[in-house]
Amino acid sequence: MAKGKVLLEVKGLRAAVAGNEILKGVDLTIRDGEVHAIMGPNGSGKSTLAQVLAGHPAYEVRGGSVQYAGKDLFELDPEERARDGVFLAFQYPVEIRGITNSYFLRSALNAIRKSKGEAELDPLDFLQVLESKLKAIGWDDAMMNRPVNEGFSGGEKKRNEILQLAVLEPRFAILDETDSGLDIDALKTVAQAVNQLRAPERAFLIVTHYQRLLNYITPDVVHVLADGRIVKSGGPELAHELEAKGYDWLRDAAMVS
Amino acid sequence: MAHVDQLVGSYRAWASNGVSGAPDWLKDLREGGIARFHHLGFPNMKQEAWRFTSVAPIAEGSFELAKEPARIPTLDEIRPFLLLEAGYRLVFVDGFFQRSLSTPFFDDVQSLAHVVSHRQDLVRQHLGKYVATQDRPFSALNTAFVSDGAFVHVPAKTNIPEPIQLLFLASGTKPVVAHPRNLVVIEREARASIVETYAALGDHSYWTNAVTEIVVGDGARADHYRVQRESDRAYHVATSQSHQGRDSTLNLHFVAFGGALARHDIGAVMAGPGGTLILNGLYLLAGAQHADHHTTIDHAADHCASHEYFNGVLDDKARGVFTGRIIVRPGAQKTDSKQTNNNLLLSGHAHADSQPQLEIYADDVKCTHGSTVGPLDPRALFYLRSRGVGEDDARRLLTYGFAAEILGRMEIAPLRAQLDAIVRGRLAE
Ligand SMILES: Nc1ncnc2c1ncn2[C@@H]1O[C@H](COP(=O)(O)OP(=O)(O)O)[C@@H](O)[C@H]1O
Ligand SMILES: [Mg+2]
Repeated sequence: MAKGKVLLEVKGLRAAVAGNEILKGVDLTIRDGEVHAIMGPNGSGKSTLAQVLAGHPAYEVRGGSVQYAGKDLFELDPEERARDGVFLAFQYPVEIRGITNSYFLRSALNAIRKSKGEAELDPLDFLQVLESKLKAIGWDDAMMNRPVNEGFSGGEKKRNEILQLAVLEPRFAILDETDSGLDIDALKTVAQAVNQLRAPERAFLIVTHYQRLLNYITPDVVHVLADGRIVKSGGPELAHELEAKGYDWLRDAAMVS
Repeated sequence: MAHVDQLVGSYRAWASNGVSGAPDWLKDLREGGIARFHHLGFPNMKQEAWRFTSVAPIAEGSFELAKEPARIPTLDEIRPFLLLEAGYRLVFVDGFFQRSLSTPFFDDVQSLAHVVSHRQDLVRQHLGKYVATQDRPFSALNTAFVSDGAFVHVPAKTNIPEPIQLLFLASGTKPVVAHPRNLVVIEREARASIVETYAALGDHSYWTNAVTEIVVGDGARADHYRVQRESDRAYHVATSQSHQGRDSTLNLHFVAFGGALARHDIGAVMAGPGGTLILNGLYLLAGAQHADHHTTIDHAADHCASHEYFNGVLDDKARGVFTGRIIVRPGAQKTDSKQTNNNLLLSGHAHADSQPQLEIYADDVKCTHGSTVGPLDPRALFYLRSRGVGEDDARRLLTYGFAAEILGRMEIAPLRAQLDAIVRGRLAE
């Protein structure tokens, strides 16, 4: 398969939160159409990497660079990144009181459309866009009239992130532990939805703690993040190896390197 | 003190004048009211119930009892305040009933002044029987000046599908005081929705001192909406007191947008077992506005459920006060009571005080309460931005959500639309 163009290039990225340096020099290259998985022990910095890429203001970039689609990512506000196709499925999706799921998603889609000079969708047009996407994750309209994530179960919150992904059609989607807390049926639904969205013009970075999800989504590359660095990269077989051996041998490897 | 004497003096002049035709029981009610007010005087901030609210601008102001409306608006002028042209409607200007702008219904949706003589037994049975005046100077004062207001009576097993609109307008051209007094009686197994709105035509300073008593009979359902959109220079003091019978449902909705100073005492007594009560309120304030909501839910019977939700959105130097008192009487077992008060501070100078007061004298009950005061949730802000929504729009959306959460519980679509438009207008400023 011919390799796509480089979409994301992370070089020597160092980032801190609450004064502690968490990312200590991350290098990562993702091309159009590729699916990368990042695995690693709890607290290794996976979410930090995801949040830094999405532009969370609480995370301080201390060094290194990130080029995204030919632009310096750090020059862009979070909303500008989203409009340029960056999407983060949150590990802990946020509740928004008083705003229905439907209104929230339409506001997001319209903000992105507007930035591209496309016409905004009225509620009826939006409903049509929504209909097919809802089917993909096995939902009906009822979930759309509830306030965003309020009173949703853990699984519903994760599905909701995938619904947003499906509607917003980003170019680069980061999934932060979307598989955690899902039962096997929900996991399959999520995996199926992601597989449907795989396309030559869309790349994925799938953050996960377990290999389970990767039984259903076959990644092109698997990376292991330990103590703020990518300590090993390989093919899908690396995920199986990690499942069998755990993370300890890698943590030791990170120490000596 | 001077002003208390002035008010008492104005009462004497008024009582010996045009209203002398009142029946004796009503005269007695008024005399009791003025005696109470004279004794109590205006409240001060040393009193627990008034800790956060000074009524000095009212106590030291000079507001004259209006002798007639300063001017009478046309139907076109009042249309923006109406929800629909159809249905029953009572319109008051500066406290005076306006027959030409109203669509009453016999002696069931009528001005109180009219029914005091025409339905004397019914009025006498209920008027002043629910609202406390003992330690409430403002409701005592209102009781002293009882003469007109809205009267709504829904006979047993009657369903009135269209909302009944009660509109209280201040002409807003002179510093006058009005004491509207409303009585709503929903008889056994009846059903009705009522929308009580306070608004102004002009922007002069004035004072409204309203009292509304709501009686909900056994198995009845009432939806009572109250919209306070007085002028920004107005003083609004009000008491809403409800009394529910067995297996009844009462949904009370309160929205406060207006007034320089607003104080609303809301009391709900659940007197019969199996009752359900919702108290759903929003205050949206800016500039130097001050609004104080003092709510008391009295679980006097067993197996009742009350859910109270109040949200405040406070910008600039505005101040919101919320007191949520819940009393569970001995024997009120299986009470299920939930209370939340969430305050959003949009400016570093805005301020909110939130105090729950739970007094529980029964042991087999479920009572929860929670309150928050703070700025917009930064996690929600980032969540929206990460979806492509710009920062300003994200702030507006989250703020709107605070209000929409309350408005979303309202069932009258044109009212929801009207309030939604006001909220959006405020947020766009
Ligand atoms: N907002 C935050 N404030 C303080 N510490 C944080 C914050 N976010 C993450 N951390 C810390 O950074 C480290 C890495 O966290 P995280 O990136 O969430 O790891 P992972 O997703 O791999 O489990 C942890 O030690 C965590 O406690
Ligand atoms: Mg994480």
